[in-house]
Amino acid sequence: MAKDIILRLSIRSVRLHLLRSILAALGIVIGVVAIASMGMMGANMTLSVTDQLSDMANILVVREYTGGGMRMITTGGGGAQAIFSGSGSSDDQDWVTDKQFKDIQRIAAQYGTIYAVYSQSDRIEVGSLGGRTTIYGLDTAVIPEIFTLQEGAFPKSTNQVMVGPMLAERFGLTLGTRIDIGNPDEGTTTVRVSGILEERGMSMDMNTDSAIIGSQKLYTGIYGGEGEYTQVNIVLDDIDNADQAITDLKDELNKKGDVITVQDSSRMMESITSTLSTLTGFVMSIAGISLLVAAVSIFNVMMMSVTERIREIGILRSIGTQKGEVRRMFLYEAGILGLVGAGIGAAASLTLGYLVVLAMVGTTSYFFTPQSLIYVPFAMAVGIGICVASGVYPAWKASNLDPIEALRAE
Amino acid sequence: MGAVSVIELDHVTKIYPLKAGDVVALDDVTLRIDRGEFIAIMGPSGSGKSTLLNQIGCLDVPTRGDLLISGKNIRKMIDQELTTLRLATIGFIFQKFNLIPVLTAFENVEYPYLMKNRREDITGRVRNLLLSVGIDNAMAQHRPPELSGGQQQRVSIARALVNDPAILLCDEPTGNLDSKTGDQIMELLVELHRQGRTIITVTHDARVSRFADRIISLTDGRVS
Repeated sequence: MAKDIILRLSIRSVRLHLLRSILAALGIVIGVVAIASMGMMGANMTLSVTDQLSDMANILVVREYTGGGMRMITTGGGGAQAIFSGSGSSDDQDWVTDKQFKDIQRIAAQYGTIYAVYSQSDRIEVGSLGGRTTIYGLDTAVIPEIFTLQEGAFPKSTNQVMVGPMLAERFGLTLGTRIDIGNPDEGTTTVRVSGILEERGMSMDMNTDSAIIGSQKLYTGIYGGEGEYTQVNIVLDDIDNADQAITDLKDELNKKGDVITVQDSSRMMESITSTLSTLTGFVMSIAGISLLVAAVSIFNVMMMSVTERIREIGILRSIGTQKGEVRRMFLYEAGILGLVGAGIGAAASLTLGYLVVLAMVGTTSYFFTPQSLIYVPFAMAVGIGICVASGVYPAWKASNLDPIEALRAE
Repeated sequence: MGAVSVIELDHVTKIYPLKAGDVVALDDVTLRIDRGEFIAIMGPSGSGKSTLLNQIGCLDVPTRGDLLISGKNIRKMIDQELTTLRLATIGFIFQKFNLIPVLTAFENVEYPYLMKNRREDITGRVRNLLLSVGIDNAMAQHRPPELSGGQQQRVSIARALVNDPAILLCDEPTGNLDSKTGDQIMELLVELHRQGRTIITVTHDARVSRFADRIISLTDGRVS
């Protein structure tokens, strides 16, 4: 039993009109579920994307400046790689030269590991299966530093390659499987799978999950172009050095005009998470409209409560109840509706939110993280806040009734 | 030693401004009520009885003149001060009992006690008061709609007494009761009067007025 008699009165009043109170609180339940579920969905989506991108967040990608135009090349595994091209290039080349690579090494060596990457989309055949994929050529000394193997070993000779897990699944590749690279009409190069990479997820530097990775010697043996790198990657030891490294590179290499461009993966990740946060906020605002509808319902119930209890208010005032206590009584009543509605809404949003996250994000790995669950108390607070705010005017009206007039009411 | 006044009205006038014209409910009323008096206010409908009771009960303030309750002039008091004075000094007994329907009989009596003392009754005052007006513990757990009119009025009397007020204001206390129950309620009020309580009752009933020490008759807002 509540010790506060005013709170006791409010609880009894809510109980007296239980059905009406439940219906009013139902609006809050729906609003809280909508806000919490949408918030949790957004948080889970952001966490999922962030997790996938974070492995490459410390990578700077240096490419030849080609004027800023962008074209998309679909890789064999279905991923997409953005490379720049356009009319702005001073010499029509779209590769980083060996000299530039050495300059980059000289300028940025202090910031982390630097390696050059060759890449090309090409046709491959595995037995009777054929398709397109991306072939990467890297320095074999660097390969163990940047890749993790699921099984097998790193390439030790020119005809050994590693494959991404998605490519392995698509073509049924196992250790030792032979792959023919190139168009059969123009001659092919046969390589053997020495290792299968662990899944790397979305990445801005290389999409290796659906690619073949071999040595630079293998690559230049097939495609030529020695010293004409597609890109140079810099794996930063400290992500906070990204801005300084970019400045150093551009200051020196772009001194006489744009020669290189530098893509900052962390910026890209920030941009993606920021976009997701904006979208989450927008969706939550839409969900919040249901709470406004609930607020109207609560306001209506509270006004009915005041009208029905005018005489009771007169009695309370005549026997020594202050105006503030009458106000408190009605605010408590609104608060109780909000608390009950928000409580049920919170419980329901844990269930429904879980299902929404599973359906929309595809994984619930991040559901029980603080970043996700924080939306439950947040939605509860908004629900209770809106309820109490809806009770302010009715409470004010009740407290300002003339006690004599109120006592005359039937 | 002379009698001590608990209520003094000095040329009190109450005017209700209406669109159709001002209504003078009390017109230059001057009177004094001493501690321990039993007063009956009588008069025809519209004579100003209820207005006078509301003024003495601090539910309203005079338009003109001074009204002193236990020596305090209420005319310039703000609502909060009037409410505090009402809680401490006045006990109301209404014709329609006016109990809070969602509270039990016990809680109805406990309510003003909690409002004044801000703590639960550990002295047993509420229970003893209920017993003294004939409401036993079992009955005290019932809500007003479950009680008879006489029982409700007894609870109402206990509630009026719980803060030991200087003045008991009764508005037709037997008006909603049969004659037998009315007599029992009047016996209770007389007993309270005997104990030294100041009682002011508005009534049309001559049987009630015969218990009074003094009758104040009102006609058209004036003491006649």
